[in-house]
Amino acid sequence: MPQQVTDPKLRVEGLAFGYDGGIVQHDVSFDVHDKSIFAIMGGSGCGKSTLMKTMIGLLKPTAGSIHFGNEDYWAAPEERRTEIGRRFGVVFQSGALWSSMTAEENVALPSRMFTDLDDETIKALSRLKLSLVGLDIDASTMPAELSGGMRRRVAIARALALDPEVLFLDEPSAGLDPIAAKRLDDLILELRDGFGVTVIMVSHELPSLFAICDDGIFLDTETKTAIAKGSPRVLRETSEHPTVRAFMHRERPPDDAGPGVVNHASQ
Amino acid sequence: MDDRPAPEPVDQRSPLTEPLSGRGWSARTDREGTVVVLTGDWIASASVGAEPGSLRNILDATGNDGISFDSKQLGRWDSSLLVFVSELRQAARKRDIAFDATGLPQAAARLLALISQAAPVAARARRSSALVTRVGQAVIDAGGEAAAVTSLVGDTVLSCGTALRGRVSMRGVDLLDCMREAGVAALPIVTVVNVLIGGIVAFVGAVQLRRFGADVFIADLVGVAMVREMAALMTAIVMSGRTGGAYAAHIATMLGNEEIDALRAIGIPINDYLILPRILALTGMMPLLYLYGSAVGIFGGFVVAVTMLNISPDSFIDETRASIALSQILFGLVKSFAFGALIAIVGCRSGLGAGRSAADVGQAATRAVVIGIVGVIALDAVFAICANALDF
Repeated sequence: MPQQVTDPKLRVEGLAFGYDGGIVQHDVSFDVHDKSIFAIMGGSGCGKSTLMKTMIGLLKPTAGSIHFGNEDYWAAPEERRTEIGRRFGVVFQSGALWSSMTAEENVALPSRMFTDLDDETIKALSRLKLSLVGLDIDASTMPAELSGGMRRRVAIARALALDPEVLFLDEPSAGLDPIAAKRLDDLILELRDGFGVTVIMVSHELPSLFAICDDGIFLDTETKTAIAKGSPRVLRETSEHPTVRAFMHRERPPDDAGPGVVNHASQ
Repeated sequence: MDDRPAPEPVDQRSPLTEPLSGRGWSARTDREGTVVVLTGDWIASASVGAEPGSLRNILDATGNDGISFDSKQLGRWDSSLLVFVSELRQAARKRDIAFDATGLPQAAARLLALISQAAPVAARARRSSALVTRVGQAVIDAGGEAAAVTSLVGDTVLSCGTALRGRVSMRGVDLLDCMREAGVAALPIVTVVNVLIGGIVAFVGAVQLRRFGADVFIADLVGVAMVREMAALMTAIVMSGRTGGAYAAHIATMLGNEEIDALRAIGIPINDYLILPRILALTGMMPLLYLYGSAVGIFGGFVVAVTMLNISPDSFIDETRASIALSQILFGLVKSFAFGALIAIVGCRSGLGAGRSAADVGQAATRAVVIGIVGVIALDAVFAICANALDF
């Protein structure tokens, strides 16, 4: 459970971000507490993944700040940002495994790059991380030979390679069958409890959100800002915002134009 | 004063004295307005939508009354019927004509309700076709590209310096892999191309030199042409198509799969990890490939000269030895070194500058090959001019 009384692990204040001068979201502020599982929620195209890219250093915000501990991430010099970034583990939506390496090499690369460990130790650590996420695969297995769920697990193992303090997950259970998604939810909980890692996950998978997330923020496409904060379970029961209620109860909002009207914006 | 134009009086409209009809429909008027009678099959494979002008004809005939449908005689239908009806609805809305879809088959009416009634969003305006705008945009794009290439080259040079101090993130195994790919793996195609070029130069030389009884100088021609010009140029063109394109496609694919984002997120410098081994490998391998290409090119000329042009092997070897100076080999080495760097930088830059779709991968590869080949030839011309100016 989140430690509400302690200083936040991560504080986002007045953040605005977007691509090519455009604004995807603005005035986004929230705290992520240590060892919590924090959800970034919202409809397709609202900017959830873009917010994550801003938080992990891939996209500079146009306004606002992101503090890790007492340090302003984007105000820090690039070398320092890189150092801070090594405290993160990131799992991209597609897995983003390096396709020219084996699954084991994918997990080993961060350790090879940033530690002085010998080859045998790195291999042992990589096999350990793979077995932690429930994979027992041949050392020569290439990413292309794995299923979507297995690739997602390898990506989590890779994100855990440097024992991160914060684990970012972009749509971890998207496209998985319900059993695989449930296993992944349980794995995230185990990792949080076992490693004491803070998890920030982008998701609109309601069962996962209700099952594992302690806290969260809801981004709105229309107003381009956060319209609700709190645990998804609590928001489901108490939110009076029509969009949030509709999202949490998988309903169409009252002013919905109809089933044929779709949002073509991409995240 | 209301200066809006007065609505067109109903009695001025053209009455449907003659039945209005088209492919799969006819129209009749009654007290309620115009009834569009749908007949026969409406299948997209046969036709889609209304014939040109038919919507306007129906609306003109309708005047200010409503439009409704009679689908009793309608056979099979698919999306083509929906295209016709929705276009008619759209046009009717523009003229404030009432539109009643209840006469349509129930399923068609429900699907029609799904179709947005708003006017389709106009396609985003593409780049203006004005010449001045295009030229200006091209100059701005070229400036941005030049800045990106300069930055890439600068970062790579700095990475080289870091690498010399042994503090670079590049993996040795990646460098060796790139060297194998740009070196040994390229030998077959480099062999074929240079052997054939050597043979062709021998044939071309024979055409003129035989007229003067100077057949033996074919060896000089082949030797000088291959060492000074053709081996470096042809090898570079082959490598631009083979390796430059592969670099661009590989990096662009990694970009599309978020693999480069994953490297950046972990803090692995892209220049050290991806770009530097490729540039070092190709820049290092090209001079070796040039030497090899020169040798096999001369061998190609030798085979043609000896077997088809009746020149003795000893004469050919002696003439070749006499004609090739060390300075010309050095000149070729310098050129091939520059060509290798150019091809690698263009390939990597094309990949990094690509978009994230499958089509962008193809475009990046094409771009790398085209710019690589044109760049190599242009650079070779610069070398030729410089050599001429220096009387070299």
